[in-house]
Amino acid sequence: MIEVENLTVAFGHGPRANRVVRGIDMTVGAGECFGLVGESGCGKSTLLGAIAGRVKHWQGAITIAGEKVGPVKRPLAQLRRQQMVFQDPFGSLHPRHTIDRTLMEPLRIHGIADREARVEKALEQVGLPGRFRFRYPHQLSGGQRQRVAIARALILEPSILLLDEPTSALDVSIQAEILNLLKDLRERSGLTYVLVSHDMAVVAHLCDRIAVMQDGVFVEISSRDAMIRDEVHHPYTRMLREGSLGYRPAAAVPPG
Amino acid sequence: MSVPPKSEGLRAWLLNEDFSSPAQARAHQAYVTWLRFSANPLALGGLIVVVLLVLAAWFAPWIATHDPLEQDLARALLPLSSAHWFGTDELGRDVYSRLVYGARTTLYIAILVTVIVGPIGFVVGAAAGYVGGWVDTVLMRITDIFLAFPSLVLALAFSAALGPGIENAVIAIALTVWPPVARLVRAETLTFRKADFVVAAELQGAGVARIMFLYIVPLCAPSVVIRLTLNMASIILTAAGLGFLGLGAQPPAPEWGAMAAQGRQYLLDAWWLTAIPGMAILLVSLAFNLLGDGLRDILDPKNA
Amino acid sequence: MPEQPQPLLSVRNLTVAFPSLHAVPPAVRGVSFDVGREKVGIIGESGSGKSTTGRAVMRLHPSATRITADRMEFQGENLLAVSERRMQAIRGHSMAMILQDPKYSLNPVMTVGEQIAETAILHEKLSRRAARRRTLDMLEKVHIRDPERVMGLYPHEVSGGMGQRIMISMMLIARPALIIADEPTSALDVSVRQQVLTILDELVGANSMGLLFISHDLNLVRSFCDRVLIMYSGRIVEELPANALDKATHPYTRGLLEALPSLLHPKDRLAVLRRDPAWAKT
Repeated sequence: MIEVENLTVAFGHGPRANRVVRGIDMTVGAGECFGLVGESGCGKSTLLGAIAGRVKHWQGAITIAGEKVGPVKRPLAQLRRQQMVFQDPFGSLHPRHTIDRTLMEPLRIHGIADREARVEKALEQVGLPGRFRFRYPHQLSGGQRQRVAIARALILEPSILLLDEPTSALDVSIQAEILNLLKDLRERSGLTYVLVSHDMAVVAHLCDRIAVMQDGVFVEISSRDAMIRDEVHHPYTRMLREGSLGYRPAAAVPPG
Repeated sequence: MSVPPKSEGLRAWLLNEDFSSPAQARAHQAYVTWLRFSANPLALGGLIVVVLLVLAAWFAPWIATHDPLEQDLARALLPLSSAHWFGTDELGRDVYSRLVYGARTTLYIAILVTVIVGPIGFVVGAAAGYVGGWVDTVLMRITDIFLAFPSLVLALAFSAALGPGIENAVIAIALTVWPPVARLVRAETLTFRKADFVVAAELQGAGVARIMFLYIVPLCAPSVVIRLTLNMASIILTAAGLGFLGLGAQPPAPEWGAMAAQGRQYLLDAWWLTAIPGMAILLVSLAFNLLGDGLRDILDPKNA
Repeated sequence: MPEQPQPLLSVRNLTVAFPSLHAVPPAVRGVSFDVGREKVGIIGESGSGKSTTGRAVMRLHPSATRITADRMEFQGENLLAVSERRMQAIRGHSMAMILQDPKYSLNPVMTVGEQIAETAILHEKLSRRAARRRTLDMLEKVHIRDPERVMGLYPHEVSGGMGQRIMISMMLIARPALIIADEPTSALDVSVRQQVLTILDELVGANSMGLLFISHDLNLVRSFCDRVLIMYSGRIVEELPANALDKATHPYTRGLLEALPSLLHPKDRLAVLRRDPAWAKT
């Protein structure tokens, strides 16, 4: 579904350019959930942004659903194929648009008919009652907003959902609801996910394959089972895995 | 379904958050805003004065006791009395009636300037902020050129060049008012340009114009409304200043600044000729400032 | 946990209410706990009142906030009765607070060294020279390599992990008896988090201090603290030894544990917390 070949993203020019993503190759199959884990600044969000079309100056090749995409301008039909869900449920919805308006916008942009029914269906899909439809974002909780953001992504019926830390701004109990929702949606409609997160447990919960990223490259691509059974090889992967389990008093402190 | 029920049900309907229609959502929003606004007595006072000004301008023929242009030299410079509430001027015209009709001129200038300045400020500021690059550089340098001149001097120069008259005064004032508005819109736009909801719209294929007008402008609108309301006082004062210098409304048309200016020669004998239009200018400027402050408290998203 | 005759901090029936136009219930309602020379964790979701509790102990709320308690004693001193002047002496000298993001807690126009030394001069009445020596010593204790160089840096020149270590050294330089750490590692990456916690653990242990560790991260608190308080809607719903968290009985604590995705106990679907209004009642 998604093929990335030798992708490089650099900010700035010349020898001082900061290469955030350095020659990544990855393939995500249809209906698969692919996880990207790493610490801040490792380039995972930039990689996702390049696939989404948010990051516009990359080199290499990206093929989505058999169609090569360019770095700058993408046609409407291409944009419809993948949609993104953002980390911050407070920043990803327009504060002065009602939920109805937020969900109508993509339909209007793409000239899709039958909008009323589609909006109602999208709300139902993400488990929001219809009475929320004309509310403003500030009248919803963080979890409800994230549901709206997912509904906005789904309303264009994409085949790929790009999830950028979709639960890291949420409380544990709300995170569980959103993770369950994402699992349900994928099982129901066979969506392909690419999930970016710093939380190994979240990625292992949702994803089939997990790529561990450090300094712009993948240090290891592991399966969910290998991650759970602790059959990972790279020391960095091991460190992230153990970090998600809590505090280890034995860990030595390297001076820094 | 979305028809508001009568009496006390209306309040409940307005405060209910389970909206059944976009109209109810907007009505709710407006009602909550009004509740917060009306809790501020100073802002409410400002609003009342502004409403009175609008009413006075609208109903001038009915409120005025005399024809504002009718001269009667036999009744010149009469002091305040029951026949002439605010006295008469050197040509025997009724000051009260001229004041009432003058409200029309003041309001005309204020509204016209706002109508010209708002859209220009929005388009220039939003385009500079959102598109960026050389568009930003060119637009902002032009803005800087206009900002470099003191506003009254620029207005004076334009009025002098275009010839005296109320329309030219409006153009001259508008030229001095739009640059700060454009700068404000640009600054606001820069804070929203990289917001996730704008990126989300871009990734869904929204074009530049759509994002500017449907996403960015509504967010800048509150601060621009506040800015323009606060500016209203200085617009009125600039208009009065131009009138005072003889570059605004031309005699015999009643205009507060010009009235004050003409009365200056008779300051010792007939204080009301300057004091009363002066008070009117002061009161209306103050009212717009209070209103602007109140609006800032309720509309500014940073306070929400 | 050995029995402690006199806890460092003893709080009984603490209630914190913020002034508001609407009739909202107090943010913290009737909370009681003790902190000895141990690591006590407070777990809760956003809005549970966990941070408010920490700040109330430091008396850091604006003056309009209504703080009442049957008892709020620190080292035998009634914190509700002492003057603001005395409170300032207590904060910093015998009670210190570490916040989530060092970026906002450090003064951007002073070098790191000056800030740490300032604390020592202010609270310990040390000379400049002694304060400087103490600062170097302290930076070494938080495992900062080349402390001489770091002392001359401004806060924007240091990384998040380094900033948090600097915060810790600044808070600990006066050797407080109690540290209140409000989500001290939430802004940090996993690798750095381990280091910062290790340092905190070492220092608290070596100086036998008390630590009140406020966090939303169950796994972290469970593995780091000795004792855990679970807060929900302004109240402590359960109190447990940290290693017995799995045996929690309160449905809210159980719900939180079940809702957490886990590498060790993978499940297909996470349990969704059903909130019971009865939990919020006394």
